[in-house]
Amino acid sequence: MASEKGVTLLDFWVSPFGQRARIALAEKGVQYEYKEQNLVEKSDLLLKSNPVYKKIPVLIHDGKPVCESLVIVQYIDEVWSDKAPLLPSDPYQKAQARFWADYVDKKVFDCGTRLWKLKGEEQEAAKKEMIEILQLLEAQLGDNKYFGGDTFGYVDVAFIPFTSWFYTYETCGNFSIEAVAPKLVKWAKRCMERESVKTLYDPNKVYEFVCYLKKKFGVE
Amino acid sequence: MEDTTVKLLGNKGSPYSHRAEVALRLKDVKFEFLHEDLAHKSDMLLRHNPIHKKVPVLVHGEKPIAESLIVIEYVDEAFEGYNILPSDPYERAMARFWARFIDDKVIPAFWMSCWTDGEIQKGFIAQSKETLTTLQRQLEGKKFFGGDSIGLVDLAGCMIAFWFAVLQEVAGINLLNEEDYPVLCRWAEDYCSVRAVSESLLDKNILVAFFASKKEKIFATKAPVYD
Repeated sequence: MASEKGVTLLDFWVSPFGQRARIALAEKGVQYEYKEQNLVEKSDLLLKSNPVYKKIPVLIHDGKPVCESLVIVQYIDEVWSDKAPLLPSDPYQKAQARFWADYVDKKVFDCGTRLWKLKGEEQEAAKKEMIEILQLLEAQLGDNKYFGGDTFGYVDVAFIPFTSWFYTYETCGNFSIEAVAPKLVKWAKRCMERESVKTLYDPNKVYEFVCYLKKKFGVE
Repeated sequence: MEDTTVKLLGNKGSPYSHRAEVALRLKDVKFEFLHEDLAHKSDMLLRHNPIHKKVPVLVHGEKPIAESLIVIEYVDEAFEGYNILPSDPYERAMARFWARFIDDKVIPAFWMSCWTDGEIQKGFIAQSKETLTTLQRQLEGKKFFGGDSIGLVDLAGCMIAFWFAVLQEVAGINLLNEEDYPVLCRWAEDYCSVRAVSESLLDKNILVAFFASKKEKIFATKAPVYD
């Protein structure tokens, strides 16, 4: 692994975390090899590249692995700094971007998982929480084109992959995201026009995948 | 003229607040420490960190920055002098990775080891041992996680260096000890001896007394208790 030149991404098709890395690489125009991973029978390469978590995504750059999606996105931004900056240059704006990406990390995936996995009261609670999270993010977006302002940035990269899960959240939770956070839905549509984001999976495919997981975990 | 005063809303009992304080001291930044009573949070704190309502919050002029690891990176970028993060992008990625590992894995496993019992505690202790072993390996051949001087990961690890001994004394467990973790314990001593760190730390006895007084409540809720 040591002196292999180039960029490889170990990933799993539906992972929103993996998609963050894919979008960042695409924004920067970086050529890379995509290696789809089997998460049930993990490859030697994955286990060797991420011995701590054994998870995707893993970016391997000239033989050296980088793990954890937001760490990967910042790495991509710093290495390929000549094109499409994702983080602002001003330290305060940078801190704000990191804060909101961290907020997405702490809140969206966990709440979303509870929303599709649980039933009854617990699911209701998760739905209420998800609506609060989405409305907070919408307030942060304000009337800006992107979370990054006029330009597509770090927080946009961090959050946009979760929008292909909106249909799943809506269907499982029986609510409309457009009704509670219309600006967010408009923002998502805007982002989908970008070449880098078009690679996001069809929401129906995501929903199919979640239904498969529900069967697998015996949730019905 | 632009307001460039620096205020740190913090609490000496909090390792997260400590991280921010040490970062400021390493950079020789003049700042005002505003003590927050975590049982009765100030309007200023709630105004500047409405989302999480936690310490630390750095207020630089009118600009609030929250979340300790984000505060450290802000301080590193906004002020000249000492380098808290490395300059090489790969080394920076490694530093961020291990800082997150401490927050996401090391601290929660240790915390739960302290405040559970029976089989559940055994499970957390096993987990905690694994995370401490993994982390200790990162110190191989180095004085600090940051190399010759303390950096992001050392600051992130402050809870391990100082608070863990306090918690395990109160909880009556012996997880982090010299016999099992000689390198980590040596690092802990070295970390606490750094001037910017020792100037920020509370007297250990005060911290022990505080946690001892809250022991039952924490055991019941598994969460930090301030009142």
